[in-house]
Amino acid sequence: MNADEDAWERGSGVRVVPPVQPRKLAKVPFVEMADGRLQGVVSSGSDIARVYVSSITAGTHGFNCSTNNNRPCGGLGGSSPCKHLRSLVDEAVLQYGRERVARYLQIEVGEDDHLMEGLEGTRESAPAAVVFSRFLRHLAYLELPVTTEPVAEMHWFPATRAVI
Amino acid sequence: MLGVQLAQLHDGDRPGVAEALDLVAGFDDALVHGFARLGEERAAALTALAGAVAASPLGPAVSEAADKVAAGSIGEEHLTALAGARTALLGAVHDALLDRLDTALGRTRAAWEESASTAAPADNLLSGSRSWLHELGITGWRGVDHDLVSSSGQTLEALLAEPRLRRLAVLLDGLAAELRASCPIATMARLPVRRWADLWTRAVLLSQPGARPAASVEPVTGRLLVLGADVHEHGTAVQVQVHGVLEPAGGAPTRLVRASVAAAKVDTIVGPAVWRLLAGHPVLLTALAERRSLDLADMPLSSSGDLAWQDDKATVGAPADPFATARLQLANANAPAVPPLERHPIRISEPVLLEDYETDGDRWTLDGHSIRVDLDRLPASGPLTPELVAASSACIGLVRWDAGGWRVQPLAVQATVKRKPVEAHTGDWAQGPTDPKVVKAEAKAGDAVAVLRERAGRLLRE
Ligand SMILES: [Zn+2]
Repeated sequence: MNADEDAWERGSGVRVVPPVQPRKLAKVPFVEMADGRLQGVVSSGSDIARVYVSSITAGTHGFNCSTNNNRPCGGLGGSSPCKHLRSLVDEAVLQYGRERVARYLQIEVGEDDHLMEGLEGTRESAPAAVVFSRFLRHLAYLELPVTTEPVAEMHWFPATRAVI
Repeated sequence: MLGVQLAQLHDGDRPGVAEALDLVAGFDDALVHGFARLGEERAAALTALAGAVAASPLGPAVSEAADKVAAGSIGEEHLTALAGARTALLGAVHDALLDRLDTALGRTRAAWEESASTAAPADNLLSGSRSWLHELGITGWRGVDHDLVSSSGQTLEALLAEPRLRRLAVLLDGLAAELRASCPIATMARLPVRRWADLWTRAVLLSQPGARPAASVEPVTGRLLVLGADVHEHGTAVQVQVHGVLEPAGGAPTRLVRASVAAAKVDTIVGPAVWRLLAGHPVLLTALAERRSLDLADMPLSSSGDLAWQDDKATVGAPADPFATARLQLANANAPAVPPLERHPIRISEPVLLEDYETDGDRWTLDGHSIRVDLDRLPASGPLTPELVAASSACIGLVRWDAGGWRVQPLAVQATVKRKPVEAHTGDWAQGPTDPKVVKAEAKAGDAVAVLRERAGRLLRE
């Protein structure tokens, strides 16, 4: 173990999660890599009140897409993903970086290929309601009041510049 | 800071610090593998930890906990006692380090005064947190999987909804996000061993039921001269801690104080956009962005040096150059006490001024004595970049200590770029970025806060 690695393990304020990159949120307001899936919410192009819940399972690449009311996405085939899934992957790449997304999903493609070309799964059932409620929980953070009591614990979480 | 002060800071090891950190490392190693899988060596490390606090009031409980845990009987109260012992040791390390720093700086620090205790929060909220932390302790970081991380979800949601438990909620949320992003942890090449043990231990303490001692609070009136803004951030929280010198009306001695404002956020709100979450405090943000002083009237100030910031008790004053404040006021201002429960080396963040140093990579040298510059603590919400820091000749910064060494975190620099003098402060963009390139990039990406608030407005109140 070299000195830097040793110092990292003994450091209290070291960075563990790289900060995400800013991106336009209008089309895909929510993307996350959680519970073994790349999942998120994609806006409908035509109806402002409708959103699609899209997900891809890490490893198997099983995918699904449906409206938040659980109607299957019309663009989805048995073995061909819809445009919402493509948007989900594109925005995840912007947010987390291509390498992190590929590693998480376990996709192997050539350097110049789109990650979608490395998907090997087929349509499978997915917990759309769970993902949608995670999106609502995500939005609920913005409704919490600002506080002025010092949070001493935040010294463990320095703001940093994004590095990709 | 002068070269001679840097020399004093590094002058030999403080007795006991290395030994205490070794004992802490033993505990941290046990947490890597889980208290259910101790083995002889790690059990001995816990016994040694208990030995170190044997003479303190914690002694008997910790000694019993070490025995029980080694024997495989791991109650919540046992892990709490061990967490208490680790906290006590790091508290002592904090005190030794801060004393060294105060001595080097010639800084006078007030003694801790507490008044009444805060009311005890509802235990049903805390018990959920305790049982998740207990499960983590038994399992150990190496055994943590998606299911164990996700099982904190409901507890977290409930904690976030209770403003009095915001500290615990923000801490657990930050830890859970790191564990989630690191799964499967079993195959990670290396772990942030000290860090995760720190977070776990503090969370265990904040999850204990009962009232806590509170700092004494007095209203203050006077002029606040801003030194700089320290920005803290994880995926779902941002905090700006403004350091300044308070000149109390009536001529009492000047004091080092801080004002903190924290907001919940989501991970896609990053960079200068985080300031928009704090827009409800326009007086404070204006003073930062325009580098002005603040006139305070009956603002509550606690003995920890923390102003309980209320924008309507402050007005924006005249322009005030933070470098002038640092040059003229920093040496004589009195420092506040550190609350007992916050004593940990990570909490050390003392404002200093450094000038006329030689820069070499991430080290600055004055009269042959050097200190490391913490380039990892430059927030994306402000104009400070590693390049600017490298080109600087004067800096207002916070002295910190981590991973066995002292370092300085820049809050503001004066530099020469293309033979022109430039100055940059972390709070310069508090009312929006002033760099045309950043303004353009922001416009292109759109207003993340507005987009998400619009969705929240529609979906959460449907
Ligand atoms: Zn679709």
